[in-house]
Amino acid sequence: MNVEPGLFHFLVIGAVLFFIGIYGFLTRRNLITMLMSVELILNSVNINFIAFNKYLWPGTLDGAFFTVFIIAIAAAEAAVAIAIIINLFRSHQSINVEVAEEMKY
Amino acid sequence: MSGSTVVFYLLGLMSIVSAVLSVTSRQIFRSAIYLLFTLIGIAGLYFWMDYQFIAAVQIVVYVGGIAVLIIFSIFLTQQSGEQLPEVPVSRAVAGALAVMAGLALVLVLMDRNGFTGLSDPGPAPSISAIGEKMLDINGYALPFEVVSILLLAAMIGCIVIAMRKKPQV
Amino acid sequence: MNTTNIILIPLLPLLSFILLGLGGKRLFGDKAGWIATVAMLISFILACGVAMNYFGDHSDDAYVSKIVFNFPWLHFGNGLQINMGALIDPITSLMLFVVTFISLMVHIFSLAYMKGEDRFHIYYAFLGLFTFSMLGLVISSNLFQIYIFWELVGVSSFLLIGFYYQKTTALAAAKKAFIVTRFADLGFLIGILVLSAQAHTLDFQQLMINLTSTEYASAAGAFMGISALSWGLALVFMGAAGKSAMFPLHIWLPDAMEGPTPVSALIHAATMVVAGVFLVARLYPLYSIADVGVQSLISSVGAFTAVFAAVIACTQTDIKRVLAYSTVSQIGFMMFSLGIMSEDHLGFTASMFHLFTHAIFKALLFLAAGVIIHYVHSNEMQDMGGLSKKMPVTHLVFLLACLAIAGIPPFAGFFSKEEILLNAWNNNRSIFFMALLTSGLTAFYMFRLYFSIFWNKPHHDHDHGHSKKEGSWFELVPLMILGVGTVLAGFVPFGEYVSADGKPHHVNMDLQFSLAPVGIALLGILLAAWMYFKESTKPEKTAAGFGVFYKAAKHKFYIDEIWLGFTKGVLFNLIGRPAAWFDKNVIDTLVKGTGSATQGAAEGIKGMQSGKVQQYGLYFLFGIIIIVSVFLFTQGGR
Repeated sequence: MNVEPGLFHFLVIGAVLFFIGIYGFLTRRNLITMLMSVELILNSVNINFIAFNKYLWPGTLDGAFFTVFIIAIAAAEAAVAIAIIINLFRSHQSINVEVAEEMKY
Repeated sequence: MSGSTVVFYLLGLMSIVSAVLSVTSRQIFRSAIYLLFTLIGIAGLYFWMDYQFIAAVQIVVYVGGIAVLIIFSIFLTQQSGEQLPEVPVSRAVAGALAVMAGLALVLVLMDRNGFTGLSDPGPAPSISAIGEKMLDINGYALPFEVVSILLLAAMIGCIVIAMRKKPQV
Repeated sequence: MNTTNIILIPLLPLLSFILLGLGGKRLFGDKAGWIATVAMLISFILACGVAMNYFGDHSDDAYVSKIVFNFPWLHFGNGLQINMGALIDPITSLMLFVVTFISLMVHIFSLAYMKGEDRFHIYYAFLGLFTFSMLGLVISSNLFQIYIFWELVGVSSFLLIGFYYQKTTALAAAKKAFIVTRFADLGFLIGILVLSAQAHTLDFQQLMINLTSTEYASAAGAFMGISALSWGLALVFMGAAGKSAMFPLHIWLPDAMEGPTPVSALIHAATMVVAGVFLVARLYPLYSIADVGVQSLISSVGAFTAVFAAVIACTQTDIKRVLAYSTVSQIGFMMFSLGIMSEDHLGFTASMFHLFTHAIFKALLFLAAGVIIHYVHSNEMQDMGGLSKKMPVTHLVFLLACLAIAGIPPFAGFFSKEEILLNAWNNNRSIFFMALLTSGLTAFYMFRLYFSIFWNKPHHDHDHGHSKKEGSWFELVPLMILGVGTVLAGFVPFGEYVSADGKPHHVNMDLQFSLAPVGIALLGILLAAWMYFKESTKPEKTAAGFGVFYKAAKHKFYIDEIWLGFTKGVLFNLIGRPAAWFDKNVIDTLVKGTGSATQGAAEGIKGMQSGKVQQYGLYFLFGIIIIVSVFLFTQGGR
């Protein structure tokens, strides 16, 4: 394996971060930590976009633009999610997802 | 091994290690700080790739915006010094198993496909090129506007959702 | 001829039905009756115009049937298309006039008769629906259309019989009428299918052309040695017999008298019950070439019904039931007249003529009966008597109508009945004698009714002295109009207008021939006068003299019981019970099994739907990994 950093290395970092995010998303029950895991997942995707843009199509800008838009949407998502979290906390005095199960079955 | 290679590995290691700590720490505030480090590490990777603009956006939005927002909400919702409950072993094992299997699958796929890429990718695009493309009718002008509307909608939505409802008279 | 007018004739009553049905009491209140009556009046005027226009257009020496309009309604492709159209020919024009006229009279009459009813507007809405359906039936240009309207009149009849739905007897009568006619309509439907399959068309005119052609006659199919055409026609006749209350499907008509009396006048005397006769007349060209078996089926069923119902009518005590059996008997006259074929097709003209006159005097009888019933608050003959002074107008018109139905010249019934009898004499002597007997019986039971109501014993005023009015003008004026009609209708030179082939048909009245029927009618009247003019024990003695026969007739020859036994014994026990058992034990088990299996399965896997998104995510991730791995390792290591 080549030790010189290249596309493959970035992809590995992206994949590892992605699955760390998945792990956090699956195991955590606290809504804020789940939100953080989601941010990790989004970031891993961004790394992939930038790496592809740099190493496969350096002449174009599409990867960079996707990253910019993903960041923008992630910001919006985080803001909305936190608004929901605060609302949930207000009504349930907790942000554990397991307390919000009135709609179960 | 050149200096830049060392820097790359350091950045990658920092991102991954702090990401792992972020999803496993039982102190939610620490968890957020670890996330901050991960985000900075990723921004560093962008810098390493010469994408200064993206790196700047990463730092401004994620580190300066989202991370602060998360910390802010932690203050709003969490009692200080309170620890998160321990993750049950069964759940941790199931999650880890799934994640390991998924990671293995992805690595196998990547290994099969190779993904060599260009050895000398050339210079990264300039910020002015990004700016021009962003406002080009044939480029990204429409998504740009759409995202701006989305942000506005999200802002209004947040206000509406988080607004304290007046007690019913 | 104005197409719009013809379309408007049925549409105006429909409009009134929709307006009154939707608008209801809130919008119209007591004005509901007036709206319907005005719509009916316009419709009647239009119908008169159409009829006069049609009969006045005398350019050829024969009336031709015209399709006034015809538009494709349902298009199924491959030559199967159902049209909605209007066919105008002599019998249609006649029926348009009769239906709108009687309906108008009933509308006016009901303004007073039904006044103060809780569901006054609904009553008029139903009348509108019925009139619309009946008019649609008579202008139908194809078999399917006539079937639709056929069922619609059935429904409106059902609704009107059950108008007093709080009364269980009315409900039962409505159900009975609906089920019996519906049962008969099964035959009609199969008949339609047979005929249209044979002729490859539903359209009346094309049907006649196709089925009377010589090519068809050679290529016709047969079943059990009887030609398909005859099967189809016999089945259609079954439907006609159901609607027209022919034996043995007559049982619903006497019970239908539970409905309001004007409804009995409109539906169960003048219009709907002659729909069967109309249907046979509509398909007359086919019946005239059909097997002799079919023709004699019609004539013998008609003749037997005529005698049979007349005998029962002599024993009934409820005046509406007497009139109902009288109706059955008279429709039997029309039916057998249609069934007796002859070279000059006199039977057709006679039957239509009798339909026309009968509609007028029978409607009159029913409306008069309605006035009488309101006066004495009873349907039973023994509660009446001596009303001739109290109700002069009703008395007069009732007498006129009785004379007409008994066939005394110069009233309407005489002319039409003479023609029927003449035709029977010329072609079928045995039916002639049955009809002659029926004539005598008719005169007897009608005058039994007449004398029992108006003479017999002095009237006991149940309402403690205060002198009651005979009826309001809204009731008496229609009676008078119909009374005038009863006197004059017979002088219409009917054969000039309506005949089987459209050519004017000159009927020669043979005075000598008339002697026997008029004589026997007078005999009947005298007998009735002897027995019923004064209160006496003669009726009981006579009844005792007939013994068992009287008892059987009084119980309507137990036809109802036979049907009931048949339905209970055969249908319920042999078919219904097993079907119910099958339904309860097999079908229900299956259905419930499906339900409980689903429920059990759902109960079992409910736990998976924990509502925990993360668990779903875990399942999702595992699923993706498994699917991707399967693809990866089965598609070969590319």
